[in-house]
Amino acid sequence: MSWLTPEVTAILLGVVKAIVILLVVVISAALLSWVERRLLGLWQDRYGPNRVGPFGAFQLGADMLKMFFKEDWTPPFVDKLTFWLAPAIAMSALLISFAIIPITPTWGISDLNIGILLFFAMAGIAVYAVMFAGWSSNNKYSLLGGLRSAAQTVAYEVFMGLSVMGVVAVAGSFNMRDIVAAQTHVWFIIPQFFGFVTFAIAGVAVAHRSPFDYPEAEQELAAGYHTEYSGLKWGMFFVGEYVGVVLVSALLVTLFLGGWHGPFLPPIVWFLLKTGFFIMMFILLRAALPRPRYDQMMDAGWKVCLPLTLVNLVITGAVVLLHSGAAHAG
Amino acid sequence: MHKESGTGHSVVGELQAHFGEDAFVLQATKDDVPTLWVAREKLLDVLRFLRNVPKPYVMLYDLSAIDERLRTHRQGLPDSDFTVFYHLLSIERNSDIRIKVALSADSLKLPTALAIWPNANWYEREVWDLFGIVFEGHPHLTRLLMPPTWQGHPLRKDYPARATEFDPFMLDAAKQDAEQEALRFNPEEWGMKRGNNEEDFMFLNLGPNHPSAHGAFRIVLQLDGEEIVDCVPDIGYHHRGAEKMAERQSWHSYIPYTDRIDYLGGVMNNLPYVLSVEKLAGIEVPDRVKTIRVMMSEFFRIANHLLFLGTYIQDIGGMTPIFFMFTDRQKAYDVIEAITGFRMHPAWFRIGGVAHDLPKGWDRLVRQFVDWMPKRLDEYVKAALKNSILKARTINVAQYNTEEALAWGVTGPGLRATGVEYDLRKARPYSGFENFEFEVPIAHNGDAYDRCMVRVEEMRQSLRIIRQCLDNMPAGPYKADHPLTCPPPKERTLKDIDTLINHFLGVSWGPIMPAGETSQLIEATKGINSYYLTSDGSTMSYRTRIRTPSFTHLQQIPSVIRGSMIPDLIAYLASIDFVMADVDR
Repeated sequence: MSWLTPEVTAILLGVVKAIVILLVVVISAALLSWVERRLLGLWQDRYGPNRVGPFGAFQLGADMLKMFFKEDWTPPFVDKLTFWLAPAIAMSALLISFAIIPITPTWGISDLNIGILLFFAMAGIAVYAVMFAGWSSNNKYSLLGGLRSAAQTVAYEVFMGLSVMGVVAVAGSFNMRDIVAAQTHVWFIIPQFFGFVTFAIAGVAVAHRSPFDYPEAEQELAAGYHTEYSGLKWGMFFVGEYVGVVLVSALLVTLFLGGWHGPFLPPIVWFLLKTGFFIMMFILLRAALPRPRYDQMMDAGWKVCLPLTLVNLVITGAVVLLHSGAAHAG
Repeated sequence: MHKESGTGHSVVGELQAHFGEDAFVLQATKDDVPTLWVAREKLLDVLRFLRNVPKPYVMLYDLSAIDERLRTHRQGLPDSDFTVFYHLLSIERNSDIRIKVALSADSLKLPTALAIWPNANWYEREVWDLFGIVFEGHPHLTRLLMPPTWQGHPLRKDYPARATEFDPFMLDAAKQDAEQEALRFNPEEWGMKRGNNEEDFMFLNLGPNHPSAHGAFRIVLQLDGEEIVDCVPDIGYHHRGAEKMAERQSWHSYIPYTDRIDYLGGVMNNLPYVLSVEKLAGIEVPDRVKTIRVMMSEFFRIANHLLFLGTYIQDIGGMTPIFFMFTDRQKAYDVIEAITGFRMHPAWFRIGGVAHDLPKGWDRLVRQFVDWMPKRLDEYVKAALKNSILKARTINVAQYNTEEALAWGVTGPGLRATGVEYDLRKARPYSGFENFEFEVPIAHNGDAYDRCMVRVEEMRQSLRIIRQCLDNMPAGPYKADHPLTCPPPKERTLKDIDTLINHFLGVSWGPIMPAGETSQLIEATKGINSYYLTSDGSTMSYRTRIRTPSFTHLQQIPSVIRGSMIPDLIAYLASIDFVMADVDR
């Protein structure tokens, strides 16, 4: 067993951890479809799925069986390569971003020094899922969904990046573990409140969740970009959306709510509790709000959120400089 | 009580003073609408005069035709094979006038009235579609309700009404392709360009199968990005020939068909029909009947408006409220079901009464509902309708003013949202509405938001009316003691032979209504609904014209929505509150 050096063990352990995290994320994302339906049912004065298993908890299994065994149909008029690529991107792009999430002091996939930048890159790629799907489907509703997605992306990605720069400035690092470590005493939601608000708004848009679900906007565009999809390919969009929800919630926790920090309970519990809270908020948001017209949303993005994040960044920068100057002088 | 029609109306004098007495033939009808026949050559002059007379007839309320070729009772009327009638409405006079034109079968032509009222467009297309009468100068005289490939004109008397009179229907692949190809939208046919120098337009089929189309409604959008350059509504996908069927059903057995015209209106649909038939028959119903009818109609107004409110918010993207409104609506249906035995389409009103008396304990159920509802409505306004996103989506969206509303024949909440206080329950009380205290809610901005808020307030007023019914329900019979009441009162049938014979005929053949014409307009859930009945002294109607509010409301869409975006169109469609059965009949 000479090959089992400590390095190899570390790599194997890393791989196992990565696989565990991947499975947990995918399964919990899929399970969210049940959670969401039950919660919506609760808030909407109805039952939701309650037939399969206790409290309908096995609904997920039934849904998956149905999706796996449904014919994998590709309409004859689509552009096949991009049509197939789109759902793959939708599911994988945001899933890869989980690599940077520090779950507990010891758990996490990768300790990247550019951490948060990887997420922005992946969020940028995820947009191609919607645009490819919209374009390749050869369907006017899909195309409009894709167009909206492109316009929306330009509007929110700008201020999404800027909204986090305050956090980066204060923590002095792009590394997610450093950012969590910087929140030992005060969570960034307090000094970086505007950053938190704008990032949360942009996060809803990244995940294409109501009320910013313009690319699909059922009442307007039928099913939008995934009109022509069915079966497993549609399922990948579906799960991709929930992966987005989980990811944005985890990022909000890491960047603004102190990650695993918290008294009494073990770190993993804190992380899960906080993430769960934001997931609930996503669902509550969907239950509670109507959808603004998408030009109104873009107006809000350019005219309110962008200036807000800029002001926030300027003030943060000034405070950081002042502080370091004072430290030097001291 | 049926005074000689027309003599009481100043407009007849005004017309005769202007055009000479010989220009008109006055027809006596059993409603209070002066009915005048004019020659085809003078038609446009007369219509234009009425449109511009002091206190003008601003609204082309209805336009249709009658195939007179088989009609026997037409003493004193000009010779006519096909008669086209124009039903005009004046808000200032609060009265109507009906202008009729006689056409002979070898010259079925009329000038179009499009220049006077824009909503003549669809009405004239409908008349051409169903009767084959040509309107000269009409820019697009094509099929409206029937498919573009249809042969024949179904409302003609020589057109068969039963499936057994046709060859069996077959739809093979080739025919299906041909039908679909016939539905392909061709922009040039509508005078639209496929693009300009800089860009191509997208032509988007919204419907006939779309989540927000509220039924089988198709609207073809000419899009520049997401901006609607122009659009063409296409209807007829829900056409079931309700007017044709009326000519094959007894007066009594047609009642269930009326339920399904505005399929959310339930017994509210029965009301204009039975009121019209009662005018023909000369039946005066007891007060208890009137009050029960008012109460049940207002229940359906609330049920309708609740569904409207839920789908309205849902179309704007708020997914939760509709579930709460379905709960409320179910509570209304619980009461309706206990009283009528059915939920959505009770077909419960009868000629001369209602189907049964109110059941024991009805007052407890009704009281529970009127106590339950007001708090819920307050909650909806606070939680959903004052939401700033919803307001941003609907205020100043799809706005039109009173003048436009009247020119397009808009009635109901869509008209009252522009600031006109015109509600037939107040303006021309029927079925005892004069005895109730209620207000007519109006708004002033005429946009998608106001149309919603007017309806919310209407629900409160309906609750008020129901409460008054509850507190003051008159005692007495639930059926008029009249030989034409159907089914007739049965108490004396086994005591004397005359009543027994009468009962037997009324139940087997159905009652025979005296010959004549009449109509009744009511303030239905979605606007003014009316039945214009022509009886030829038979067990069946000779012609039943159903005027529905939604028809004109859809026709107005392009004039309102040009230059807006797709989400605005969705908000607009939601705010109209239409069902396709009410459009296509």
